[in-house]
Amino acid sequence: MTITLTEKAAKHVLNFIAKRGKGVGLRIGVRTSGCSGMAYKLEFVDALGGDDLEFDSNGVKVLVDPQSLPYIDGMELDFVREGLNEGFKFNNPNVKNQCGCGESFQV
Amino acid sequence: MALLQISEPGMSTAPHQHRLAVGIDLGTTNSLVATVRNGISVALNDQDGRGMLPSVVCYTADGSVSVGEAAQHAQSADPINTIVSVKRFMGRGLRDIGDISRLPYRFVDEGGMVQLRTRAGVKSPVEVSAEILRVLRHRAEAALGGELVGAVITVPAYFDDAQRQATKDAARLAGINVLRLLNEPTAAAIAYGLDNAAEGLYAVYDLGGGTFDISLLRLSRGVFEVLAANGDSALGGDDFDQRVYCWLLEKNNLSALPPRDTRLLLSQARVAKEQLTEHDEARITAVLSGGEIIDNVLTRREFQDLTQNLVQRTLQPMRRALRDAGLDKADIKGVVMVGGATRMPHIQQAVGAFFGQTPLNNLDPDKVVALGAAIQANVLAGNRGADEWLLLDVLPLSLGLETMGGLTEKIIPRNTTIPTARAQEFTTFRDGQTAMSVHVVQGERELVEDCRSLAKFELRGIPPMVAGAARIRVTFQVDADGLLSVAAREMSSGVEQSIVVKPSYGLLDEEITRMLQDSAQHAQDDMRARALREQQTEAAQLLEAVEQALAQDAALLREEEAGTIRQGMANLREVMTQHEPVAIRRALETLNRATTEFAQRRMDQSVQHALAGHKISELEE
Repeated sequence: MTITLTEKAAKHVLNFIAKRGKGVGLRIGVRTSGCSGMAYKLEFVDALGGDDLEFDSNGVKVLVDPQSLPYIDGMELDFVREGLNEGFKFNNPNVKNQCGCGESFQV
Repeated sequence: MALLQISEPGMSTAPHQHRLAVGIDLGTTNSLVATVRNGISVALNDQDGRGMLPSVVCYTADGSVSVGEAAQHAQSADPINTIVSVKRFMGRGLRDIGDISRLPYRFVDEGGMVQLRTRAGVKSPVEVSAEILRVLRHRAEAALGGELVGAVITVPAYFDDAQRQATKDAARLAGINVLRLLNEPTAAAIAYGLDNAAEGLYAVYDLGGGTFDISLLRLSRGVFEVLAANGDSALGGDDFDQRVYCWLLEKNNLSALPPRDTRLLLSQARVAKEQLTEHDEARITAVLSGGEIIDNVLTRREFQDLTQNLVQRTLQPMRRALRDAGLDKADIKGVVMVGGATRMPHIQQAVGAFFGQTPLNNLDPDKVVALGAAIQANVLAGNRGADEWLLLDVLPLSLGLETMGGLTEKIIPRNTTIPTARAQEFTTFRDGQTAMSVHVVQGERELVEDCRSLAKFELRGIPPMVAGAARIRVTFQVDADGLLSVAAREMSSGVEQSIVVKPSYGLLDEEITRMLQDSAQHAQDDMRARALREQQTEAAQLLEAVEQALAQDAALLREEEAGTIRQGMANLREVMTQHEPVAIRRALETLNRATTEFAQRRMDQSVQHALAGHKISELEE
């Protein structure tokens, strides 16, 4: 059971948290949404607790709720620049299918 | 792959915003489509503001197809080409339909699902249903202003695989993506928000135009399970109209009327029935074709007296359902009313008195099933948050396959939540067996002949091995709609064969309930029957082995030994056909004992063969 961040992704997450001025980590999850069934959730975390699972990767605390974990277990979060756009990219080994825009996926 | 940004807690944006999904109640008499708008489930009306679409399809003379009220008008003029209540034919063979002489259609029986010969050619019930669904789809797309992502379509709880598959096929034909088939009582319970209610037992009382269904549901951890379903497929709101109609004939000293007058009076009777829900009396007026003037006043009291025995007739299936489920009236936590006929106050009273509580009736009983289906469709299409996980359904009957001797081996037990997949390993029965027949059955009974046959296929190309050495893995998979696919794979060679169950059409409406009842009633018999079959199978296996051994090595036996063995075999053969497991067991053991020495000698002989020509020193190495 692992979720990892690349160095680059971790650096950006820490930067964003610093810029925002608060936050203790990053929440990664999925929910039933989008045209292929599931969509990712990527949010700041302000408080720890609950039944979330915690992972540490390159200095970033990553929280995952237990319901989401099976869908993203083994995933690596990367930060990439594509043309003018830059942002986080999910390398999820569980994905079988995703819709054209990639916001939504199927396992 | 899109690149994502980090959002504030709880503020993740949904991709592709709202996705259009609908719930469809494909009814015997009327059909309806609903959707969730701004968080509230609403029925979608046509341009004229009508919600209910009569489930009537007419293949007209000019080659077009009319559906709904227009088709209804054509019914008396062109009964052969106007199909009503097509739902009763879905997934059914001609034999299942019963008395076809009363139906005006020209049936075509070519095995499998019954077909209807119409002006527009031979039509299957699937095609006719697709016409109704297509109209609802267009209505929804016009109302919502976009293409549908999919729909949840409701089916009666007692619908079997064949009827469900037929419903799915009809949707596909109408260009609708089926998100899920949902049991009608479950849909009604969802509409009342019972899926968020406390866990417990609920009854759904569904009195439609022509059918009555009572279902008992158990809700646990967000899963509805149908515990028992019962009903009367020939009792509905129309029978109440009929009673009033008869009353009118009697009052006015009329006898058989021409069809036009019959229809007129029946529709006036229906209007009166509906008025009596709100008012204490209703006036019925009509002018018949012969000039007779009908003008009668029917009081609510009289109406109730006329129809009281119809109401009473719904109580019997309720008692049966409770008994099947092993429940008491007091166990029921809530009662949901479905179907327009349940508006009648004396039905409300009777049901309330029966269960000792006021039934839930604040939603429109004509629409409640479609409304529930829409809520489910909305969830399945992904329009709700991450915390709301999908409502699950369960398998109504066990699925299994036939093993040697006609016994059922259950692979997936009933009430398993779906989707699900289970696998089990089987082996060969005979030496050198290269093919295996996989017979998929549905039901609770121990013997295959008492269960329902769903499909058969053969796995060929098993490498020849001794009996019991091959490993054949059979996987059963049930998707979210309760449809089954079965795969068999021989593990050493990798040969594989699979089938999506296209069920052999033809299970009666009441059959599922009956099958469940039978399994409870016959549990004792079944256990005995199973023991018998097991002994018989074992006996057959032993006889075959001894036969083979005698053919090869009879020389190893003295005359009288061979005689004893043959005697034992004859004895076993005779006992085998009788229905006495203990006797078979005894004969089996006798034969086993008689052949022990023989087996020993054969073993010795084969060891000698193996050793012949070898020096001891060679063997010691």
